[in-house]
Amino acid sequence: MIKNRKIDIKGFVIEGLTLSSALFIIAIIIFMLVVIINGGKSAFSWEFLSAFPKEGMTKGGIFPAIYGTALLVIIMSIAAVPFGVITAIYLTEYAKENSFIARTIRFAVRTLAVIPSIIFGLFGLGFFIKFVGVKMDGLFLGGELKWGQPNILWASLTMALLTLPVVIVSVEEALKTIPRELREASLALGATKWQTIKKVVIPGSMSGIMTGTILAVSRGAGEVAPILFTGAAYYLATLPHALSDQFMVLGYHIYVMTTQSANVDQTLPIQFGTTCVLLLLTFTLNIFAIILRYRIRKKKIN
Amino acid sequence: MKNSKIFTENLYLHYGSKMALNNINLAIPEKKVTALIGPSGCGKSTYLRTLNRMNDLIDSVKIEGNISIDGINIYDKNIDVVNLRKKVGMVFQKSNPFAKSIFENVAYGPRINGISDKNQLTEIVEKALQNAAIWDEVKDRMNDSALGLSGGQQQRLCIARTLAVNPEIILMDEPASALDPISTSKIEELIVQLKENYTIVIVTHNMQQAARISDMTAFFYIGELIEYDKTKNIFTNPEKKQTEDYITGRFG
Repeated sequence: MIKNRKIDIKGFVIEGLTLSSALFIIAIIIFMLVVIINGGKSAFSWEFLSAFPKEGMTKGGIFPAIYGTALLVIIMSIAAVPFGVITAIYLTEYAKENSFIARTIRFAVRTLAVIPSIIFGLFGLGFFIKFVGVKMDGLFLGGELKWGQPNILWASLTMALLTLPVVIVSVEEALKTIPRELREASLALGATKWQTIKKVVIPGSMSGIMTGTILAVSRGAGEVAPILFTGAAYYLATLPHALSDQFMVLGYHIYVMTTQSANVDQTLPIQFGTTCVLLLLTFTLNIFAIILRYRIRKKKIN
Repeated sequence: MKNSKIFTENLYLHYGSKMALNNINLAIPEKKVTALIGPSGCGKSTYLRTLNRMNDLIDSVKIEGNISIDGINIYDKNIDVVNLRKKVGMVFQKSNPFAKSIFENVAYGPRINGISDKNQLTEIVEKALQNAAIWDEVKDRMNDSALGLSGGQQQRLCIARTLAVNPEIILMDEPASALDPISTSKIEELIVQLKENYTIVIVTHNMQQAARISDMTAFFYIGELIEYDKTKNIFTNPEKKQTEDYITGRFG
């Protein structure tokens, strides 16, 4: 009996199936990268990264889009990260686990996370521009149109709303990794709750907070829909100088080049090149997040 | 009882609807070691945590009755829990140093008390480490992470951290249960030294440990205080049968 080994066909088939679907995913990623890099490599040059678009956006570079994306991401982080971290601190440290308010906040965060991004765009248009902006113009500028139109501030705030759930959830996860024993140790030494949060909980979960932030930023960098109506421009001859200026952005630039361009075939290298830059940006942010997490974790062990 | 530091009268504690402490009356003497023994779930740790109001952190806990320290009811609504915990320090079962340097671990308490002068901090830290009998082992690596110490060293560091706040009472929740015999005996020696200056209340599962180091022993069983007497009497001539059964290892 022991020697009479049968071939386990079912096990063999299942292993094969799972392996091949895993390999399939890798194949798709490699295929995408090869196509994008192949298409974009001819566009890549220092000029492409540092110059403005030229000749009706069929030649030249994408510098304003890179600049706009960076600016968008920075303003978005300034708005979303403190707000998200504070909310997460409330949820994990102060709110009672099953209280009505904590459950309501968690429900709101989860709902916010599944709302399609185009809805955020519409909300930004309706709330920030048509309501807050128009009201601001009426109050401070006597009705002169300045804030009541799309600009980088409203676009960044709309994007901040979109990334807020990502920040809240990842910071919450990070705060939860601090064991109860450490909080108790601090409290037993006569520390107040806030001292415990400030000196034990937040320093201990810094890597998690940073990674969550970077992941949220990298998500925001690639989104287009929320900024479509709230500040992204088709083409601008100048860089944004004030919060009330419109701006160009990488994701939207790809969309414009593929659908609105005068000559789509001619701009193909620019489309691929812009895609490369955007992917590179998100990859870099993700790798940075991974390195950061790794380094802080290593430091903690030593 | 004369020289009692902590008085507990008619103490009841509920977790939600479950009763965890049932009418506890206990007077803990000053500058002595009082051991709380009993089988798991008997309420001894719960009782220990009422003394520095650590149970306040659990939402469902309801406490009735009185605990007074130096004649002051610590459950009075005017009591500042933060100051209470400075007076009543605690050492936990699992050593729990912060992910900071050895120095910063011990300096944590003084720092939150507003001491920022480097010389003063150094002095306090050094004294606390000496009193916790770990100074010689760590004096050359004060800036290394506390997490690199052995389990026994970590626990003595946690004791030093508690001493640095200058408490009057030290609560210990099975401080040696996760340690090897050599580290355990070091902690026990330390506890005996510490009682010269501090009132110590220790929860332990280890009968021999209670017999070796404590002056008074309280035996808890299913939320009730069954017997409380001088350690010598409890271990040689207990009044209650339950106590005798437990200390002779017949149950628990």
